[in-house]
Amino acid sequence: MHSLARRRYHRAAPVILVALLLALVTGVAWAISQATSADAAVTTTADDVTEGQKLFAANCASCHGLDATGTEGVAPSLVGVGAAAVDFQVGTGRMPMQASGPQAIAKRTQFSQDEINQLAAFVASLGAGPAIPTAEQVDPALGDAANGMQLFRTNCAMCHGSVGGGGALTQGKYAPNLWETTPTHVYEAMLTGPQSMPVFNDANITSEGKRDIIAYLEAQDAGSPGGFRLGTIGPVAEGLWGWLIALGLIIASTVWIGARSS
Amino acid sequence: MSTVDKPAEDHGAPEAFEDPGLPYHRPRRADVDEKAEKRAERQVAALFGISIVGTVVAIGAYFAIDMSEEIDSIRFANMAIGIGIFLAMIGIGLGAIHWAKTLMRDHEMVEERHELRSSDESREGAIQNLKDGAADSGISGIKRRGLLVGTGVAALLAAPLAILVPQLGNMGADWNTKKFAHTMWRKGMRLTRDPDGTPIKAADVTIGSAFHVIPEGLNDLEHGLIEEKAKAVVLLLRLDPRDLKVQEGREDWSFDGIVAYSKICTHVGCPVALYEQQTHHLLCPCHQSTFDVADGAKVVFGPAKRPLPQLPIAVDDEGYIIAQSDFHEPIGPSYWTRLKNTSDGLSDSTEESSH
Amino acid sequence: MGTRLNRAAAGTANYVDERTSIGGFVKFFARKLFPDHWSFMLGEIALYSFIILLLSGVFLTAFFVPSMTIVTYDGPLETMQGVEMSEAFASTLHMSFEVPGGLLMRQIHHWAALLFTAAIVTHMARVFFTGAFRKPRELNWLVGFTLMILSLAAGFSGYSLPDDVLSGNGLRIIEGVTRSIPILGEYISFWIFGGEFPGEILIPRLFTMHILLVPGLILALIALHLFLVFLHKHTQYPGGGRTHKNVVGLPLFPVYTAKAGGFFFVVFGVVALVAALFTINPVWNYGPYDPSPVSAGTQPDWYILFIDGALRLMPGWLFDVIPMEWEFWGYTLSWNLLIPAVILPGLFFGFLALYPWIEAWATGDRGEKHVLDRPRNAPVRTGLGVALITFYVILVMEGSNDIIANLFHLSLNDLTYFFRIGIFVIPVLAFWITRRIAFGLQRKDRELVLHGNETGRIVRHEHGEYIEVHEPLDEQERWLRVGYEDIAPLEIEPEFNDRGVRRKGYRWDRFKQRLSRFYFEQRISPVTPEELEEAQHAHH
Repeated sequence: MHSLARRRYHRAAPVILVALLLALVTGVAWAISQATSADAAVTTTADDVTEGQKLFAANCASCHGLDATGTEGVAPSLVGVGAAAVDFQVGTGRMPMQASGPQAIAKRTQFSQDEINQLAAFVASLGAGPAIPTAEQVDPALGDAANGMQLFRTNCAMCHGSVGGGGALTQGKYAPNLWETTPTHVYEAMLTGPQSMPVFNDANITSEGKRDIIAYLEAQDAGSPGGFRLGTIGPVAEGLWGWLIALGLIIASTVWIGARSS
Repeated sequence: MSTVDKPAEDHGAPEAFEDPGLPYHRPRRADVDEKAEKRAERQVAALFGISIVGTVVAIGAYFAIDMSEEIDSIRFANMAIGIGIFLAMIGIGLGAIHWAKTLMRDHEMVEERHELRSSDESREGAIQNLKDGAADSGISGIKRRGLLVGTGVAALLAAPLAILVPQLGNMGADWNTKKFAHTMWRKGMRLTRDPDGTPIKAADVTIGSAFHVIPEGLNDLEHGLIEEKAKAVVLLLRLDPRDLKVQEGREDWSFDGIVAYSKICTHVGCPVALYEQQTHHLLCPCHQSTFDVADGAKVVFGPAKRPLPQLPIAVDDEGYIIAQSDFHEPIGPSYWTRLKNTSDGLSDSTEESSH
Repeated sequence: MGTRLNRAAAGTANYVDERTSIGGFVKFFARKLFPDHWSFMLGEIALYSFIILLLSGVFLTAFFVPSMTIVTYDGPLETMQGVEMSEAFASTLHMSFEVPGGLLMRQIHHWAALLFTAAIVTHMARVFFTGAFRKPRELNWLVGFTLMILSLAAGFSGYSLPDDVLSGNGLRIIEGVTRSIPILGEYISFWIFGGEFPGEILIPRLFTMHILLVPGLILALIALHLFLVFLHKHTQYPGGGRTHKNVVGLPLFPVYTAKAGGFFFVVFGVVALVAALFTINPVWNYGPYDPSPVSAGTQPDWYILFIDGALRLMPGWLFDVIPMEWEFWGYTLSWNLLIPAVILPGLFFGFLALYPWIEAWATGDRGEKHVLDRPRNAPVRTGLGVALITFYVILVMEGSNDIIANLFHLSLNDLTYFFRIGIFVIPVLAFWITRRIAFGLQRKDRELVLHGNETGRIVRHEHGEYIEVHEPLDEQERWLRVGYEDIAPLEIEPEFNDRGVRRKGYRWDRFKQRLSRFYFEQRISPVTPEELEEAQHAHH
């Protein structure tokens, strides 16, 4: 039986395999535990509106129509969606949409922040809608993370996960991870309810409440006191690592124990 | 595929192969080479040394690392003590095993097994002893005391009830399972925001909005707050009235596209809260039952069978959203007597549920 | 100096022996033999994780407050400032954030719990695939099976103790499933929760169950399990000199004391390392229990995940027309809960518990079996085992379908549709494929025995033919491949005796025969010496 066991398993193989896995997990965990933040509010001029209209005609009108009233079954009307919706959709690269799929995907934005502001100014000029928040409205330092926690878990965690790691929706749609999203974009998403997301207007979650939520998300940057957080997706990841890392390392050592010394 | 019958004629080959016996024992390097033996000894000692270092690391980390309120410091303390323990343990473990593998006996020994069955005499002796005992006591045998056996067994069977009935009886509190059927919603009670309990105006609920709702006054409850909240939570949504298919008999349960549904899944009771405002679908994250809010919260996917119960709502003089009554059916998962507790106008008989 | 120490030791030994006759035990145990193989240490992983659980658990009880009384948090954690929570949750935060090493102990405890259940399952799989459950070990299989069930109870009760949103929703699922039980369900729910869910008494009840009742039972059954191992003596893998009547191995003292004792420290070390580096069950993310919120990724620990998967898999409406919740005479029967959460686990575990007897019916063998099977030599058993594992893994994957969907950009609905069919098809395929592989390996063994190993050396015969030289197997290698039992399907007595009277017990015999045919109709017999002789003649 020894010869059999030895032949099928090179003695070092499980150890190396587990070491590689460990390295992989460590790398992924590090990559996941990084985050960013930035940017502020703007003022607009009449020039911006005309510039914005040009940009709109060149980049958006094929779906939303030259007058931005939308095309049935293709793209919604943008009258009254406000500057916040434009800043979110274009600023996160979701618009212009490149390919149809379950939902528009965030990607590198095609426009500079000035161009986005011009587009936003044009769309805002079509009908009243929510404006881009000011720097003060989205400053996590002014927020109350504990209140943010309570609001987040009642209104957001069911889709975005308990600390904003993201989660699945129906039919291939998903709620994205929020750690890479800027505070302004988080605020705008709540205000405008992009795609599947419901609208959380100021009557539902106040402006201060939204800032508290941003503060709660910001508090996640400190990471977990327990070490690498395995994507914060909960017991499934823990179970998988328990099997692969803990049991894997230990079984590798049993193979060493069971093998005869040379 | 059943192969080859046993050979009929004899070729002189044996019927079966013979067990060749234990294989040749190959000595280890440490068995024959004194240098290798010394080296193994040093390795084992080094491993034990690592363990001692680990213990020092763990204790040192405990005293040296000042755990402040910073997450970083907690994580650092956790890692440092943990790695100390790891070294302290793994050093002993690897050392002992290496010792056993290289320096202790590795020439296998053989021990005979004996059948587990007791010998025939022991068995007979056992049976005889039991028979003697039974006869002594009168459980069986010539002088069988049937009355004693009967009453004794009856008493033994009954006695546990003396303990179990009062104990188990206490564990279910008042056993009033009719409570499943009612929530604290009443006619005229305002719908308020979860968790802070502020009332909601109909005008606040814009199209595409999702409000998580608790009944007015829930947070002031002295007793049973969580139990009531577990039944009463509601999701308040506003759809474009053109998208909303009003259900028969519920024409006046919604208000200008605003609808309120129980947030407790009819499958096993998780909060159903993932609202996709474009498709009007509500998804339960636990088992993925999906309900179509635009069509009476009927099940469109997943393990639930019944639609979410709807809370009839109206708007009061000040523009706040209020409940017209309690739910008209028990909320949450099904149970054996669920239908017995379902009746229209149930809202009138709900007084008993609120103490 | 040395002699004084020896005298003291001898004195102590004498003192103890005169009062306990321990000498006999030591003589018996010290040189007891254990066969050496890595797979024989899987059960030890479970035992050692249980010891780690006891050690770390004692530490946790020093800080945990099993109470559902509501308090307001004022510890160091920024995101919980002023939040109302139960004392159970607050004390969990306290031991994690304010007790140095407390978080580490919590993580060691939880990782060890995952390891405990994983090791039990792995150990059980080893016993299954090698046939170590056969006579005389059927009862010990049952003891082990019960330990597995108890480990689930221990795990689940512990997972629920911190009173956080995640485990609270898990309890709510348990409550919903309990309620679905016909007639008694509502009352069982009231009995468990002391009234309506969640009540104020559950955490203390779970605490007692978790630290006293379940571990007490586990401890007692572990003692019984190990006692039976000593009584039966360990099984051994096939090989030269190893028979059903002996045991070949190394002595308990010193070799196994060092190896198995050292292995405890290895297991503890690995658990400590994992706990030092990886977060587990971060309850501060989920927050204190509140019946309203829920988060994406609401799943139980891995060992309960298969039930969650079954619950997800079961449609509420079969083919969109047949309701899986029946209402009749004013009563409700919830097949959509009973089938996945009560009946299916019952059948699955029932089959596992009874498996040794099922196989014994098929073989009709009554002898003691102490030499293990190589899995290939029991193709049907191996196939069944792989099919069971496949079935289980599909449920686990369905239980994590939202995570899989999110990770690989799939639709969770499509995954569910796929698994709804897959749960019936894939295990059958797995059985069939595994059995084919086992047959293939057995054929390869025959080939090796008959024709030996290819050496790669080409030789030219005098008459011009080229052949490759095959080196015959040595007798150890050959014995390994021919030494297994060739079991034929059961033959039973006819239904009617010669007077035409129907025989009692015929149906039972016929069932056993059918079972036996399923197991052994298709089989590959080992090479006989005669066949080998013929093959060698053909070569030369």
